[in-house]
Amino acid sequence: MHDHARPTPDTPFPAARTSDLSRLAAAETARIEAAAGAPVKLSRRLFMGAAGLTLAVALAPRASRAQDAAGAAPGASLSAFLDIRPDGTVELRSPFVEGGQGIHTAMAQLVAEELDLDIAAMEVVTAPAGTDYQILGGMRMTGGSSSVRGGHMTMRRLGAAARSMLIDAAAEKLGVPAGELTTRPGEVAHEASGRALPYGELAGAASLGEVPADVTLKQDGFRYIGARVPRMDLRDKSTGKARYGIDSTVPDMLHAAVRHAPRRGMAPEAPANQAEVEAMRGVHSVHLLPDAVAVCAERWYLARRAVEALEISWTEGEAERPMPADFSSAAFRQALDAADGESAEAEAKGDALGALAGAGTVIEATYTAPMLVHGQLEPPSAIASFDADGGLELNMPNQAPEMFQAAAAAMTGLAPEKITVVSPGLGGFFGRHFPYADSNPWPQAVTLARATGRPVKVLWTREEEFLRDAMRPVGHAKFRAALDADGMPVALAADLVGEGPTGRWWGAPPGKDGSAVEGVTGKPYAIPNVRVGQRFVANPAAIGYWRSVGHSMHDYFYESFLDELALAGGKDPMALRRALLADNPRLIALLDAVETLSGGWRPGPYEMEGTTRARGLAMASPFGSEVATIAEVSLDAGQVRAHRIWVAIDPGSAVNPSTIEAQVRGAVALGLSQTLLEEVVYEGGEPLARNFDMYQILSRDMMPAVEVAIVESGAPMGGIGEPGLPGVGGAVANAAATLTGVRARATPLINVDFTSQG
Amino acid sequence: MKLTVNGETRDLDIEPDTPLLWAIREELELQGTKYGCGIGMCGACTVMIDGVATRSCVTPVDGLESAEITTIEAIETDPVGARVVEAWVKHEVAQCGYCQSGQVMATVAMLRENPRATAEDAAYAISNLCRCGTYNAIDAALADLTSKA
Repeated sequence: MHDHARPTPDTPFPAARTSDLSRLAAAETARIEAAAGAPVKLSRRLFMGAAGLTLAVALAPRASRAQDAAGAAPGASLSAFLDIRPDGTVELRSPFVEGGQGIHTAMAQLVAEELDLDIAAMEVVTAPAGTDYQILGGMRMTGGSSSVRGGHMTMRRLGAAARSMLIDAAAEKLGVPAGELTTRPGEVAHEASGRALPYGELAGAASLGEVPADVTLKQDGFRYIGARVPRMDLRDKSTGKARYGIDSTVPDMLHAAVRHAPRRGMAPEAPANQAEVEAMRGVHSVHLLPDAVAVCAERWYLARRAVEALEISWTEGEAERPMPADFSSAAFRQALDAADGESAEAEAKGDALGALAGAGTVIEATYTAPMLVHGQLEPPSAIASFDADGGLELNMPNQAPEMFQAAAAAMTGLAPEKITVVSPGLGGFFGRHFPYADSNPWPQAVTLARATGRPVKVLWTREEEFLRDAMRPVGHAKFRAALDADGMPVALAADLVGEGPTGRWWGAPPGKDGSAVEGVTGKPYAIPNVRVGQRFVANPAAIGYWRSVGHSMHDYFYESFLDELALAGGKDPMALRRALLADNPRLIALLDAVETLSGGWRPGPYEMEGTTRARGLAMASPFGSEVATIAEVSLDAGQVRAHRIWVAIDPGSAVNPSTIEAQVRGAVALGLSQTLLEEVVYEGGEPLARNFDMYQILSRDMMPAVEVAIVESGAPMGGIGEPGLPGVGGAVANAAATLTGVRARATPLINVDFTSQG
Repeated sequence: MKLTVNGETRDLDIEPDTPLLWAIREELELQGTKYGCGIGMCGACTVMIDGVATRSCVTPVDGLESAEITTIEAIETDPVGARVVEAWVKHEVAQCGYCQSGQVMATVAMLRENPRATAEDAAYAISNLCRCGTYNAIDAALADLTSKA
């Protein structure tokens, strides 16, 4: 059970092995745009602007419908994506999974725009596993804030191609030249004769036509792109009708509940009371797994009751990554701090080390951030069902169907095409549902389905989830910077100590693992001498991607340290950033926007509504977007309370402003939650918190009012799902420092005594 | 034992210590009510028992034989419930949606008690967690609801 989920060299997504997943989408956007003959710096302004500009997009190899099914390039097969039904409704099979980020609606907007269809006639489902859907440079995932920026051109081409084929079919039916035809939402019209044919009546004939090699995309008069289109799932999600993995069923399935070894690497011994438990109501069977016990039953609550009744002794077992019995998060932090191995260079300009050696004023600081669980409210589940021919269907929350298909093929020895992956709507994800070996329940479901000969659905309790989640890694950064006689930073060196998820799961070596350094690398400030490196130290825990990945902590480190430099150099934090960005009009405009949104830069402290407040500023450049964040905080019984948070975000161009605002507000909530509250503490190789009682997350009474300004600079489209998060920690910690004089160099802030100097 | 859910009484062959959540989800096959933590912390399992918002994951069915239980599936049959749903849709509250059955149930129960409840009232009365961070949108929906009360 331990060799299943690690991708092998044969798996079909080699492009991701050494590069940051998040960069793939940007690369794919550039590739599509380059293929289209359009400038790589394609912007919405470009195709919304000048009249007469034609943007022709190659729709992959010219292929008839028959050929289309066999071996078209990803994103080129119309039949894989679109089904225009006789009643005029259209099913779109989305490469991306819906988990609240509004991606199904965004995909529908893009297709409906070009197809010329009322979006109410569209239904969006998540596509099955298949090469057709690997449209992000040959891979597919819902993550890295890559779906819209990486998929928008594909969706528009598909809509435009379908419209073109419907027009051709109408031309034949009406006996008029295609050039005399136009479309109105849902129908092809011949204005000269006043005749019109609905899409539903044309779809059959159109499907026999040729897929056009080139299509022309709309350049203006957008109906849906850039519009506040309400998300399509709102009513179902407000009335309990939305369905998630936890609600999935297949006929004749057994329910399984598990108990994991309290420490990874331990194995269960045969339970003393196994026979007794097997006789409990509804119980089908008891199973010993390599690092867990499982009970299969006719109901999940009966399985859970039984598995908790098992008397288990745990002994040392075998695991690919056993957790040392003496592992503690506190000791691990000390080990990271003491590590003195090589620092692999990740980013360099000028001669930072030389400049530091000769500098008069050197500022040093160490920042750290703890491991976190994802805490998505839907606990993981998976159904495995084998059919009579040995084929396997896996129905489970996932952000990357083909990756799970490949992992399941590796575990079972089945050919990938014998494995069907069903991807239900996600009850939150935040990076939780990538293949993380034994941090996912599906291998247990496969084992139990084989053992029982019936389909099995495994559902983890929150407690079992907290034992096996692939956590946000520990972040640890050592900074040094030199100031010149005017107090301006002239050199900055940083070592990020630890391990990133892209190194863990995709083999990216230190120095090339963006997830381990991003947010300290990629900063836009004009500091002439910079060196950022990764000092690799393996993390014994299971680690994974957590919303905004390395940015979730590294931008907090950097932006806090930058405020320390401002203080040491006698500069105002806003003024220092403006000086360091003087040659960057896009970011000066972003600072202007956040300043305006917040009513003017006002660091404080000042009195308001009976509290003393201060504001802090932070910037971030995550996932192709740019963000500037201001937070307003006070102290409430010694703890930081955030009252208001203002975010200006520049994603280049916007497809759905409502979704962007919702995503930014949500990202701010998660960013604030981890800044103030969250921390996974290990002692004796075991996590102390097993549920939300001991692992506090942001509640309603702690939520600040979040205001969002969207700036469309026309730069290449950036991501949306994650970029709202990275600015929060720095803005809050900087505000708290201005308020109290206490510089918080570790999160969560709940552990910091802000009254010591204030 | 007998259980009356959404006005319908059913005879169920279950143990008295069965959590109400699982009787609803697995025996009655009403899946709009969610399991999130199992210890009454997150509120995804919120239902109404005789009009009172209750964490069904930590509520045994024992003693509920004469109770009127309402789940999200019946919420629009209640006038307050129908208004709350409309406000939730209008303000585009849901993201992943997993907690929203519970959020809607808790809000309906609160508004039936106090039709003019403010965001501040709600922050104390409703402890349902939302990992997507929809709290601002929930407050906007609530303000809309109470401004018309």
